[in-house]
Amino acid sequence: MVALGEDEPRPYEDFMPDIFEVTVDDLKHLVSERAVKGETMLLNMGPQHPSTHGVLRLLLELDGEIVVNCIPDIGFLHTGIEKNMEAKTYQKAEVMTDRLDYLNTVGNNLAYSMAVEKLVDLDVPPRAQSLRIILCELQRVASHLIWLGTAALDVAAMSTFLYCFREREDILDIFELISGQRMMTTYIRPGGVWRDVPVEFEKAVRDFLKMMPKRVDQYEALLTRNPLFLDRTLGIGKITAEDALNLGMTGPGLRACGPTWDLRKTRPYCGYEQYEFEVPTRTEGDVYARYLVRVQEMREALKIVQQALDKMPLGPVRSNNYKFVPPPRSEIGVSMEALIHHFKLWTEGFEAPKGYIYSAVESPRGELGVYLESDGGPKPYRVHWRTPSFDNLQAMPLMSKGVFVADLVAIIGSIDIVLGDVDR
Amino acid sequence: MGLEKKLGNMGVVTTTLEQAVAWSRNYAMWPMLFGLACCAIEMMAAEASDYDMSRFGMELMRPSPRQSDLMIVAGRVSRKMASVLRRLYDQMPEPKWVLSMGDCASCGGVFNNYAIMQGVDEVVPVDVYVAGCPPRPEALIHGILTLQEKVKSIKFAEEKK
Amino acid sequence: MVKNLQPIVEILEKAFEAQAAEYRGDVTLVIPRVRIVEACEQVKGLGFELLSALTAVDYWPEENPRFHVLYQFTSVSKNLRLGLRVPVPGVTPTIPTISHIYRNANWRERELWDMFGIKAEGHPDLRRILMPADWEGHPLRKDYPLGYEEPQFTFNFDEIDLRKPYAKE
Repeated sequence: MVALGEDEPRPYEDFMPDIFEVTVDDLKHLVSERAVKGETMLLNMGPQHPSTHGVLRLLLELDGEIVVNCIPDIGFLHTGIEKNMEAKTYQKAEVMTDRLDYLNTVGNNLAYSMAVEKLVDLDVPPRAQSLRIILCELQRVASHLIWLGTAALDVAAMSTFLYCFREREDILDIFELISGQRMMTTYIRPGGVWRDVPVEFEKAVRDFLKMMPKRVDQYEALLTRNPLFLDRTLGIGKITAEDALNLGMTGPGLRACGPTWDLRKTRPYCGYEQYEFEVPTRTEGDVYARYLVRVQEMREALKIVQQALDKMPLGPVRSNNYKFVPPPRSEIGVSMEALIHHFKLWTEGFEAPKGYIYSAVESPRGELGVYLESDGGPKPYRVHWRTPSFDNLQAMPLMSKGVFVADLVAIIGSIDIVLGDVDR
Repeated sequence: MGLEKKLGNMGVVTTTLEQAVAWSRNYAMWPMLFGLACCAIEMMAAEASDYDMSRFGMELMRPSPRQSDLMIVAGRVSRKMASVLRRLYDQMPEPKWVLSMGDCASCGGVFNNYAIMQGVDEVVPVDVYVAGCPPRPEALIHGILTLQEKVKSIKFAEEKK
Repeated sequence: MVKNLQPIVEILEKAFEAQAAEYRGDVTLVIPRVRIVEACEQVKGLGFELLSALTAVDYWPEENPRFHVLYQFTSVSKNLRLGLRVPVPGVTPTIPTISHIYRNANWRERELWDMFGIKAEGHPDLRRILMPADWEGHPLRKDYPLGYEEPQFTFNFDEIDLRKPYAKE
């Protein structure tokens, strides 16, 4: 792969693995017979493409402009996170969890922290629960804003992109206020949150809540009854509820087909049962229905943040079980046990009991589940992430039979995949 | 009376060839869309209205390598993606520059394992490295300004053929 | 155990002579490998429409069973969760496919082959999904190395710099 000390450039075929030269024979079992006869054309919508939202490769079988078959090829962002987490202790492995689904970083931290708490049976104080919910819902709004910006950009509504990113900057300012980092915060840790919020937090969130619902109305005014948008999205990419469940689809994609399956309502975690909110559903199952479901979810998320902020109790933000949670810095200078716990936790790590659990949260894309198994040592023996985009993407070949190539772009935008989630 | 004062009324400016070429290369540099992972989101945020990159001439992000001069490798490069990266770099016409954005593209970042290439400079020669995980949009803009300084200092006598 | 789950677990326990284990609220049954397709069909008939997760754990250096493949089912209509575990020996690991019952098992079993080397018998399209097509080895096995490179500190900067590949043009 290197041309050290050579004067003329070697052709890159010399040292590149030839993985892109596939013939029709290799794919005979996946494409129709018309491709083998030469009637239809095989086209590669490659890993680097402006509308695939990341490095996704699609092999399209086209009959003119109409898609006969669509075969996704993934793995271009495979990071080996599951194997890498087995080599680190439970606390240090949390840093890697942010980078899985990079639009829902706080949610990934929450999923991992809840899994560890379930495994070692750790309690979480109520103030930490409220803070977790506020941040999770703000992250949901930010993720839906990016989805709206990029999906609208794909159907050529450019100004929505700029408006959505402007709103997202306010949310990132709030994240930076509490943790110092805009995206990969690692603020939610097993046992609670990292530290208490500064005094400007409440005012910042209230200002955001005052301004945001009107902005969501603005986005709806731009797109919801726009005849150009309706032409491009109504009736495209339909899927029935039965097919969606069989394919493992969860999240807004499933809720746009009918079933009301939202883990925040059906299997509440982290205190969600105290708040009143609705779960929007529709029955058509096409791109427009998914758009409406997600826009309504943004409004419901803002309602949850309002209620959580009004009802937030005072108290500690971390569990005081120092066998698993590091003690606060103020105690280390005073108490000997706190110093010993701090030393042991940061050098060796805590030891989890032997066993395995599965715990799931509702991410903006669907059910994000963590399977955690421990063998009694300080490092996780096996961590598996059940990511929603992996299963949502399997629905794509079914949704895209018989549509134009331009509609394919709208369908990819509406499934809302994140390649970090698919490839891990 | 200097030459410029005499010519000033005719609307003529004198400069050196290197300055003129550097001025045109710098302020109309078109980046290629090569966002891979989390850093791509910060690159998009740098393109959007709060930290506007089009003030520096990078209004258009061209997805085609044939029409771009700058490749911003934003995100982690896996072994499967490495050959795609090299192929795209070869398709860009001269003069071209590479900016490696983020820790994963510069040195492998948090991920030190079998699947991630430890630094994109194993396959393409990099001009500017921007650190951060992900780097703030202001850090990316600082990287671009550093690249512009580098382009200004190119002397034609030493330029590679 | 949740009240609604009890009769379902009893039906499965009687049919497959298994014993349900409960840990922190999760219920899991261990099913022998030859009867897993039958078990999945029965579970689908009992109302579990969604296959949430399909993955495996490697217990190297134990040879028999070396892998445990686990299935996690969710019932949307009844709001229940159930897990199944299947022990698989390490010599030629295979497992019958369930991609005709739950369609998202298609890609999940491909991932199982790619990461662990567990072949799914009867799978329509078994090839690598996350690693490049010509990769050798199965990364998530415990005897596969992590593959990390040595960090370059100031004291060994130059000697590692000589070995590192750099692209010159």
